[in-house]
Amino acid sequence: MTVTAHRTGDDRTLPARHQPERPRPRRQSLQARENRWVPVFLAPWIIGFLVFTAGPMVASLVLSFTSYDVISSPEYVGLDNYEQLATDDQALRAMGNTLFYTALHVPLVIVCALGLAMLLQRLGRMSGLFRTLFYLPSMTPPVAIGVLFLLLLNGQTGLINAALSVVGIDGPDWTTDPAWVKPGIVLMSLWSVGTTMVIFFAALQDVPVELQEAAELDGASGWQRFRNVTLPMISGALLFATVINTIASLQLFAEVYTMFFGQQDASVAGDAAQFYVVYLFEQAFKFLHMGYASALAWLLFLVILVITLVQLRLSKRFVYYEGQQ
Amino acid sequence: MSSTSTQLPAAVTAGDVFGGSTASERKDPGGRRSRGVRRALVWLTAGAIAFVMTYPFLWLVSASLKPQSQVFDNRLWPRDVQPGNYAEVWREAPILRWLMNSVTVGLAAATAVTLSSAFIAFGFAYFRFRGRNALFGLVLATMMLPGVVTMVPTYLVWNELGLATTQVPLWGMNLFGSAIYIFLLRQFFLNLPRELFEAARVDGVGYLGLFWRIAVPLSKPALIITFILELRASWTDLVRPLIYLQDSALFTLPRGLKVVLDQFGQGGEMKWTVVLAASVISTVPMIIAFFLGQRYFVQGIATTGRKG
Repeated sequence: MTVTAHRTGDDRTLPARHQPERPRPRRQSLQARENRWVPVFLAPWIIGFLVFTAGPMVASLVLSFTSYDVISSPEYVGLDNYEQLATDDQALRAMGNTLFYTALHVPLVIVCALGLAMLLQRLGRMSGLFRTLFYLPSMTPPVAIGVLFLLLLNGQTGLINAALSVVGIDGPDWTTDPAWVKPGIVLMSLWSVGTTMVIFFAALQDVPVELQEAAELDGASGWQRFRNVTLPMISGALLFATVINTIASLQLFAEVYTMFFGQQDASVAGDAAQFYVVYLFEQAFKFLHMGYASALAWLLFLVILVITLVQLRLSKRFVYYEGQQ
Repeated sequence: MSSTSTQLPAAVTAGDVFGGSTASERKDPGGRRSRGVRRALVWLTAGAIAFVMTYPFLWLVSASLKPQSQVFDNRLWPRDVQPGNYAEVWREAPILRWLMNSVTVGLAAATAVTLSSAFIAFGFAYFRFRGRNALFGLVLATMMLPGVVTMVPTYLVWNELGLATTQVPLWGMNLFGSAIYIFLLRQFFLNLPRELFEAARVDGVGYLGLFWRIAVPLSKPALIITFILELRASWTDLVRPLIYLQDSALFTLPRGLKVVLDQFGQGGEMKWTVVLAASVISTVPMIIAFFLGQRYFVQGIATTGRKG
């Protein structure tokens, strides 16, 4: 707003932050001249969209009907890749693992991040310091997180089991016992709830204090105020965080790949750590099965699309938008 | 302003959601003792969580300074401090080279995406043309698109261009803007007073000038946010360096760290000290960057989340 102070002379109008969309008639010709510049400004995006988004989407669909190893040219194989996919135990297990992880990870992240954000809100002036501390893990590269938790989760020597043994719990072999590999990965993922927490914290700041006060005067209990005032007011942020976290967790790769894949061919944890994108990555870039990998990619795309649409559909019942009339 | 806005709700909602106040407590809402207890509980919880969140870092740094035989003793303070681990990483792997590669790629990626996204965002913010909302909707829709779907064909595009084994694919796409930043910067541009641009037009400034000489200088915070968020994204990325970089001299830090882990960690020479020291080296720069630009990180994430 200090900006407006620098305006020269003309004070006829106040800063128009949200001008009406319709141009005034006398400006029609200016409008037309202006719009010749639109393609210039949008060109980078349009080119990028065609070359790196739309083009590859189509190419990926086409490739999924071929057998292609990059060296020789693609060969049309019809639905072979999809038939293979339907009977590929590894791929289906990877999908199962990924869905299992997502179903565990997303609700936990949402609940933990919201809890932390509400906790921050209580800390008043100190919230900044604690926000920093809670957010710090989110700055760690996933590979480093993988290395770190490979050691922290170690069944014999790991810090986590050492901490559990203090309270008398005999911790499992998080990194080798197939039953505990995925819960271990979920535990690891909760270390970096920082981003979601920051989103919720910002949303909580936007909840009008008067609403809370009014509810309290009306005798609403803490839970009632949370349920009927806070939650509806931040439902937009909740939906956004749910959708984004779901999409991201269905594509989990770096941490898991670091911990369980790489030079050594067989994964230490057996099939329990086989995640979908890891499998896709290996099919494409290790075995050069580009056609099959494209089919795998499209299956994942459809799964993500369906889940996102279901989430958006369900959300219509819960989400409150301020602008809504 | 910000301190009052954070404190007021805190006072109003003091001690309920977590504790769940009982009826007897509510009869005595001003009771100083119960309020004090609740306050203490809040601080205790916050302290405990902060401890859990930061302890792994301390563990990592501590373990990276221990001799191999003590790495797993879980002592916070090493019995024998062995800073030589860092010298050993130096000898075993071109870690400085990787660090420089990460810095170069990160700067290229962040600069490219900031400039291109701002340029595109200005197009969406300043001009009013038919189909603008539909097109902008398409931009936002690409945000939801899983990157994995285009992983294979994108590789083929770079392969076709003869760049598949260079560092270019790690930042080249950034020249064409990125949906989330276009959204963020457009929001910012929309809040600039339009008369400013109209006055400049009257003074004969061209449209490129409007962007470069007015919109950009006035949007520094938003540009810094974009830059810093992309710097982190680039710095932490593993999948693209894995796909594209084969030559160890070109590796970025995460890619190099993975190689170090495979060679010296599990199934390798079991020299965890080297792996841990390399992990610290790849983590510390981002932590420093975070402390320097904290305000922008937090603001940026909050803004993207507000779109709801």
